[in-house]
Amino acid sequence: MSPTSTGEASTTIEAVVRGIAADHRAHRGALLPILHAVQEALGCVPPEAIPVLADELNLSRADVHGVVTFYHDFRSQPAGRTVVRVCRAEACQAVGAGRLVDHLKDRYGMSLGDTRYDDSVTVEQVFCLGNCALGPAVQVNGRLLGRVDEDRLSAILDKAVAQ
Amino acid sequence: MSASTAPVTVYVPGDSAAKSVGADEVADALRRAAARAGKPIRLVRNGSRGMLWLEPLVEVATPNGRIGYGPVAPSEVDHLVTAGLFEGADHPSRVGLVEELPWMATQDRVTFARVGVTDPLSPNDYLSHGGLAGLRRALDMSPADVVEEVTDSGLRGRGGAGFPAGIKWKTVLGCVDELKFVCCNADEGDSGTFADRMVMEGDPFLLIEGMTIAAHAVGATEGYIYIRSEYPDAVATMRSAIEIARGQGWLGDSVLGSSLSFELHVRVGGGAYICGEETSMLESLEGKRGEVRAKPPIPAIHGLFGKPTVVNNVLTLTSVPTVLANGAQAYQQLGVERSRGTQVFQLGGNIRRGGVVEKAFGVTLGELVDGYGGGTRSGRPVRAVQVGGPLGAYLPTSRFDLPMDYEGFLAAGAMVGHGGIVVFDDSVDMAAQARFAMEFCAAESCGKCTPCRVGSVRGVEVIDRITAGEHRDENLALLEDLCDVMTEGSLCAMGGLTPMPVRSAITHFPDDFLARDPSAETATAHTSARTDGMP
Repeated sequence: MSPTSTGEASTTIEAVVRGIAADHRAHRGALLPILHAVQEALGCVPPEAIPVLADELNLSRADVHGVVTFYHDFRSQPAGRTVVRVCRAEACQAVGAGRLVDHLKDRYGMSLGDTRYDDSVTVEQVFCLGNCALGPAVQVNGRLLGRVDEDRLSAILDKAVAQ
Repeated sequence: MSASTAPVTVYVPGDSAAKSVGADEVADALRRAAARAGKPIRLVRNGSRGMLWLEPLVEVATPNGRIGYGPVAPSEVDHLVTAGLFEGADHPSRVGLVEELPWMATQDRVTFARVGVTDPLSPNDYLSHGGLAGLRRALDMSPADVVEEVTDSGLRGRGGAGFPAGIKWKTVLGCVDELKFVCCNADEGDSGTFADRMVMEGDPFLLIEGMTIAAHAVGATEGYIYIRSEYPDAVATMRSAIEIARGQGWLGDSVLGSSLSFELHVRVGGGAYICGEETSMLESLEGKRGEVRAKPPIPAIHGLFGKPTVVNNVLTLTSVPTVLANGAQAYQQLGVERSRGTQVFQLGGNIRRGGVVEKAFGVTLGELVDGYGGGTRSGRPVRAVQVGGPLGAYLPTSRFDLPMDYEGFLAAGAMVGHGGIVVFDDSVDMAAQARFAMEFCAAESCGKCTPCRVGSVRGVEVIDRITAGEHRDENLALLEDLCDVMTEGSLCAMGGLTPMPVRSAITHFPDDFLARDPSAETATAHTSARTDGMP
């Protein structure tokens, strides 16, 4: 990205963030809904958004940074185009979630938390998707899948990489 | 309209667990097949009946009742329709009258009475199946009488702590303040639990009704439902239901024409397990880091934004309408000892027939796991079950006689928690499970208190040393000491209960904590000797 476009990008980020903050002005303790909306709009909560939010909400930058970094959901850089979240909690462990984690490593060289070099896919761990009777559970771009085995996970990954 | 042209009502669950195994595709295939056959159908996306191993479970309304087919794969739909699915005809996938299946018929469906039966977002369905009876009765009573009714019912917090709901409400009612809140904890993060999700997706008006009754009982005007972000479908359903309820006059100014004003909002969590702890949830609702607060002051007096606040779990609040509709006495009659009413047990993990079993307290662990659950999905013997989420105890099959009630489980060094039961077969490594409990605590600790934040990290290290055979006895003693510190010194249940799965694993499955490599014990001695002599 050229220096000029970075400048334009920050202006855009500021405008977007101020707009979202304005939409939530009537709500009590609105920082979390605002952060979700920012991430929805920008794909992440970029560091440039933090001073803007601090200004809008009359908080210190440290306060806002503290909240953003506390919650696993908020990322400082956009995720890959497909986000695959593998449940690692007990109920899914009992039916082979560990094998899915190993499969990602063995076949795709990806550990949970990684984004592929071409930004096609991000794989993450999640603790419980509420699908404990039909595990192993995986969430693909917000869509819940049950009884996922290595083959099905490969199909998901291969499709994501091809897109 | 003649019988042949009247549309047949077909139910395909819209529950996210059902959708996770193809319910949307089945619904689409049914619509196409019906169109091709020129057969008018009314397709209802109901909640799930909770027989999750049968999902996608298609039900067809017949003059004799609802006939089920399951599990139905999208590719089988055309064949099923040709075979006469719309008429309820015989087929290998046909399970018969759903209500009469022993798995369903022997349950005490109170909270889950409507889940899977109705269209979750249809106000008419809600009313025609007994909805709002509890709220109507409550609005005719004084707040103090409503609180007394809830107290008399013996209803205790279903989130895990089991605190009497009526006592909590009474405290909030007794606080004088213009602004009070009702907060629903729908941050169902415990592995093995999914009942909150299912009731929110399958009968959202019930939660709204329960919260509205609570608002009337304590004098609250605003409510929040804090739903975890891992549940996007529940978030969407609750938001739609709130809009519909507002339109029906069930929420907003003058609820059902009464003097009660109550506004309800959905808030979405941020992927932090700790926000299921009530004070951490309140911090999060205030837009802060989800760090636990010290108690006292209790949230009932000093809760959300410092105001008196009722914080209850989804299952507690969804039990309230029944208590009010049928009276405390009827609810009280179910259950045993000081555990009254029903608990929604959730069977998960390596289980053949997983799903939701709502039974009166007192049902045994074995009846649930072997009876309803039918043992493991893998077909191997059950070795351990974890009851009550990641902070609950691991129990061997020799404890299957334990009746499910709060005090009974406590006496056995375990907890009922939120009613989740996760089954493991004999391939499970219990030392690995104990290690995971510590690892999970390290990942999800809010960081406020040291026993939890640091203790969990040390716990992982000590367990690693034990299984590596390094000074096993000393390290087991150290782990025991660490568990003591975490139990006694942590600010909340996260650090305070993490020792429960760890200790129960050691107590019931000690062999799993032997050194992995049989020669490791001797190797350790050699290692230290070698270290001295080697560069």
